[in-house]
Amino acid sequence: MRIGVFICHCGSNIAGTVDCARVASLAASFPDVVYATDPMYTCAEPGQAAIEAAIREHRLDGVVVASCSPRMHEPTFRRTVERAGLNRYMFEMANIREHVSWIGKDVEANTNKAAELVSMAVAKLRHNRALHAASFDVCKRTLIIGGGVAGIQAALDCAEGGIPVVMVEREPTIGGKMAKLDKTFPTVDCSACILGPKMVDVAQHPNITLHASAEVEDISGYVGNFTVTIRKKATYVDWSKCTGCGECMEKCPSRKTPDPFNEYMGTTTAISIPFPQAIPKKASINPQFCKMLTAGKCGACARACPSGAIVYDMQDELITEKVGAIVAATGYDLVDWTTYEEYGGGRYPDVITSLQYERMLSASGPTGGHIRRPSNGEEPKTVVFVQCVGSRDRSAGRPGCSGFCCMYTAKQAVLTKDHLPDSQSYVFYMDVRANGKLYDEFQRRAVEEYGTEYIRGRVSRIYPDADGRLVVCGADTLLGQAVEVTADLVVLAVGVEASHGAARLAEKLRISYDQQGFFMESHVKLKPVETNTAGVYLAGVCQGVKDIPASVAQGSAAAAKVLALLSRDKLQGDPQVSQVDVKRCVACGKCLRTCPFGAIEMVSFRGQDKAHVIETACQGCGICTSTCPQGAIQLSHFTDNQILAEVNALCQR
Amino acid sequence: MNVINLSRKDPSFTREVEALSGQQVSACYQCGNCTAGCPAGFVYDLQASQIMRGVQLGLKEQVLDSKAIWMCLSCSTCTLRCPNNIDVAGVMETLRHMARREGRIGVKTVNKFWTSFLDTVRLFGRSYEIGVMALYMMRSLRIFTDLDLAPGAIIKEKLGFKPHVAPRGGAEAVGRIMKRYQERAAREGGKQ
Amino acid sequence: MNAAYYPGCSAAGSSSDYEQSTQAVCGALGLKFASLPGWNCCGSTPAHAVDTELSAALCVRNLDLAARIRAERVATSCPSCLSNLRLARKRMENPQFRARVNELLDEPAAEQLPQAYSVMQLIHEEYGPELVANRAHRRLTGIRIAPYYGCLLSRPADVMADFGNPENPQVMEGLLRACGADVLDFPLKTDCCGASFGIPERRVTASLSGKILDAATRMGADVIAVACPLCQMNLDLRQRQAARECGRDFNIPVLYFTQLMGLAFGFTPTQLGMKKLMVSTASLLKKLDAGA
Repeated sequence: MRIGVFICHCGSNIAGTVDCARVASLAASFPDVVYATDPMYTCAEPGQAAIEAAIREHRLDGVVVASCSPRMHEPTFRRTVERAGLNRYMFEMANIREHVSWIGKDVEANTNKAAELVSMAVAKLRHNRALHAASFDVCKRTLIIGGGVAGIQAALDCAEGGIPVVMVEREPTIGGKMAKLDKTFPTVDCSACILGPKMVDVAQHPNITLHASAEVEDISGYVGNFTVTIRKKATYVDWSKCTGCGECMEKCPSRKTPDPFNEYMGTTTAISIPFPQAIPKKASINPQFCKMLTAGKCGACARACPSGAIVYDMQDELITEKVGAIVAATGYDLVDWTTYEEYGGGRYPDVITSLQYERMLSASGPTGGHIRRPSNGEEPKTVVFVQCVGSRDRSAGRPGCSGFCCMYTAKQAVLTKDHLPDSQSYVFYMDVRANGKLYDEFQRRAVEEYGTEYIRGRVSRIYPDADGRLVVCGADTLLGQAVEVTADLVVLAVGVEASHGAARLAEKLRISYDQQGFFMESHVKLKPVETNTAGVYLAGVCQGVKDIPASVAQGSAAAAKVLALLSRDKLQGDPQVSQVDVKRCVACGKCLRTCPFGAIEMVSFRGQDKAHVIETACQGCGICTSTCPQGAIQLSHFTDNQILAEVNALCQR
Repeated sequence: MNVINLSRKDPSFTREVEALSGQQVSACYQCGNCTAGCPAGFVYDLQASQIMRGVQLGLKEQVLDSKAIWMCLSCSTCTLRCPNNIDVAGVMETLRHMARREGRIGVKTVNKFWTSFLDTVRLFGRSYEIGVMALYMMRSLRIFTDLDLAPGAIIKEKLGFKPHVAPRGGAEAVGRIMKRYQERAAREGGKQ
Repeated sequence: MNAAYYPGCSAAGSSSDYEQSTQAVCGALGLKFASLPGWNCCGSTPAHAVDTELSAALCVRNLDLAARIRAERVATSCPSCLSNLRLARKRMENPQFRARVNELLDEPAAEQLPQAYSVMQLIHEEYGPELVANRAHRRLTGIRIAPYYGCLLSRPADVMADFGNPENPQVMEGLLRACGADVLDFPLKTDCCGASFGIPERRVTASLSGKILDAATRMGADVIAVACPLCQMNLDLRQRQAARECGRDFNIPVLYFTQLMGLAFGFTPTQLGMKKLMVSTASLLKKLDAGA
């Protein structure tokens, strides 16, 4: 075999603490190495061209590049060797940046370790074989989980691109958090007016199938061929008949039903349509508050319904859908702020969340768009906004910034002045984070034109005085002084966390999530939409906090990824999968039980049971190879021979 | 107000406060919650958050000469509400210990009161309220302290004239604890 | 439960009425403690303000006495003593600290020191509101109580976790409600009263106590219930000083929670040491009689 070795300097990233020329000269003496060099930037165009030239000039049949992590550039170099006529698996990579130069300063030790890693890569390469990927058909449909603005954008873009979309939404309506907002910053557009048309497009687009009041129960399969089980929750209303006329709501006697769409400000009926612009505009029954379902007596809605849509004995229904790609767009929920006992822990009616305030500001909300103190219905004169409740708070396990609270608080202060010109607003803040387009200008307008008093300091406590007004105890750290404001209404800018149930969904999708429950992207800078499971993409706040424009942008980005993936008729599989040696297999079935992907089946081979790997389902994790008592399963490209060769290379040096 | 030359700051002071208090002062991001909740802040010269800032910047003189570290009531509201899990009250106490060792007594009345209290404990093994008052009045030359309360307090038998001496060798044992403490403190340096 | 009782210095002096009413209530409930005859002062605020090791040595000597009589717990009424005893025990978990403290003691302290508990906590745990309600024959119906814990019963939160959320403890409320009282949601219940600054820096204490008295008065409380001798002194004995500082008049009795429970249990004011209270309890007792 004739092997070429390239020790990359990566500018000074590697060469700063590794003697690359020396590693190259050592590598030249390794078995089968006929050429070794140390280029400045191997991944750059001249670097890749040099590899191609060396392959031709030195008649190489294998290449080792020692540089960064294979996660970064293994695909790059595989394409390089392929262009020069080699099989892409006749290439090995040694990571001497993340594993060597970035973690140690001792040049001698680093050079030594780099040489050892290169010798291992060479030893493995000597046992490599050309591998050829099988190709398989792609299901040209996509699943979108979550119908907030990010999911809506992804769905519309995919649908417009000709890809049928299955959208699953947990709530009875799509629209997500944006549908609850009154106005949006920094333009103070009506939120429902700009989102509404997009929601209608989702309902009307021939390429979109919407399952609201539904959740993803199970996901199996792999990129291009996922099978999704969806639980359609019982709504007790046959939506194929429901016209959304609202007669049922008029007649429903259970008028004290909690109203989640209005963030529990005010009540609704047990059978209800969440809000006038809901999509789908269909009624559902809250079984805990329905007199028929709890006591067996009532039936008012069934009598009132002109289309006979009420089905009191409806059950959950499981359906399956086949898709080739999945976009997770599950959004966020507010942190449970009632743990903040110093702010009343939910005991004071006039201390509300920012999202509750949005509902209060909204013309379709529980107060018809009038700002009222929940305790007595009076107009507040003094409104205090408290920032960073459940954000930037290590003591509450929430160290991070929630990103958009600074801006919506400025917007709410502006709207408060618009609604109540005689009112005065105060904002307790630590830093104003206004780094979007026209954001800082907007926040300054809140101060300069609308007279909002910004006070730099956290609020230590809120308590009611004897008159029922709220004493807000804070600090003005610029003044170096404790301060108090007596308020009629306090709005807490409550921080965000991943949507409830996000972790369970991540496990079904086999994707990672961080400590706060946000889904992990494949690369924090360069792959912000991809996940580490092929064919699964992210959009919106489920990946990390972001505002509406960023969520919409990521929704479109996810759609672009889906469209690119599904533009192909066939996908290439990964040949790095397990293979069974039928001569050795005794059909004990251990591999079947340990495989986390259901990729091993038992087949009959010349009358005998034998394990068989479903190549498209195998993810190449290798668990079966270490489980097999007979050593009958080998993982291609990571065979026992290859791994032992690496071990020998390391131990014999 | 003088310009503070930050390039001459004393990093060893910050390190010492962190080591003695066991607190990571650099975690403070100056939100002011400690200042906002401090019941004694209205008589401080430097607010709690400003003390924390002073420690961060190594401003030893300003911090150790402050009145605030002596006026702290040790109620630990600041600690409870610190979003960065800093025991602010613990830092204040550490600063008080450091100041005392260096003989910097920012508020003499408070220090005299504490010394008077500990004197009665040293003598009797238990604190003795009238004794504390008497010693404190002598030390501070504030002979009218709480004179307005005396008639009522005496009628109501609030204050006993007889000290309570810890029986069964208790008083003597406490005396020995105090003596060993003072000897050790003298040995280890610093004014006590 | 095998608990030794640590009265604290105030019990023998300014707050003998707290002691008297505690004994009456515990006696009525059958809560018995072993005595610790040679106990000494915990050092209170002055000791820990001067030196943590000195403070711990004074406290540990008491815990060690309790360990010698094989007490599993130490019960005390005084929150300041409780806080000091608990902090000392916690700090003794650090071997270096333990060695430094042992140097100050006549002989090294026992390895296992008993934990300190407030009497309030023990009544709550051992009996609970239901049994207290059974015993409270003379209901405090219509008596509006502002429950006041002060600083030290719920802080520092990491050593005083017994009372639930440190911002909103509920144990005293439960016991007084069990006696039939109308217990207010008193927002300043964990505020500081000014502690021991009554003597050296009177203005601080008068101002802070004034704020508490003002809030309770405005809420229409008939009485403030306290659990700390120093809080009681600041709010009751120094009530006039607070009034002067605030520029208004106060006339609100400040009773130990044990005195209120004792009244509900049928004890007379004399049996509960109530003649020591400075602010007149006449109208409170009249209201109680009218209700009963």
